[in-house]
Amino acid sequence: MSGGPGLESLVDQTISVITNDGRNIVGILKGFDQATNIILDESHERVYSTKEGVQQLVLGLYIIRGDNISIVGELDEELDANLDLSKLRAHPLKPVIH
Amino acid sequence: MVILFYFQYILFFEAISLLNFLFFSYFKDLVGREVTVELKNDLAIRGTLHSVDQYLNIKLENTRVVDQENYPHMLSVRNCFIRGSVVRYVQLPPEGVDIELLHDATRREARGG
Repeated sequence: MSGGPGLESLVDQTISVITNDGRNIVGILKGFDQATNIILDESHERVYSTKEGVQQLVLGLYIIRGDNISIVGELDEELDANLDLSKLRAHPLKPVIH
Repeated sequence: MVILFYFQYILFFEAISLLNFLFFSYFKDLVGREVTVELKNDLAIRGTLHSVDQYLNIKLENTRVVDQENYPHMLSVRNCFIRGSVVRYVQLPPEGVDIELLHDATRREARGG
């Protein structure tokens, strides 16, 4: 077994982060620490709504505090390229309630 | 009085870390099995348990969201890291629960060590 669920293997890869307030931010992982604070480069937010397709807002370089992170997902480039975001409709994710 | 409180404080944290350690080793034994992790934002993700750490952060492989129709937010994610602090439940496979082991552990606990 490897040393635990670190984020080492995801560095310099495109990741999809879901935050505790339900936002979805996609970017390239540049750094992280023990508290899951992360540095994202070339990031953008994907805004989901039921009225229209997914909106993408450019954010640029972002640091997200670990407290605020729910999921860090490895974005499969091929699957993502086949996804038609303009046709995807969904409610925004609910915020985390502790 | 202050000393007493301090002592209780230490005991409290020792109990917490001991409990944490118990769960940590339990989850480590489940590595490689299929689990469903339900998050505190109602999202449920199913996948193969890849690893766990001391914070009970979880890494899943081959993930899919249980209700993909309503939650298409992770359609292009196949491997993910879930922060321990947002996990509500981990649903285990029945064969991952060793009843004999749990019986023994609880009896030992009831005897006081």
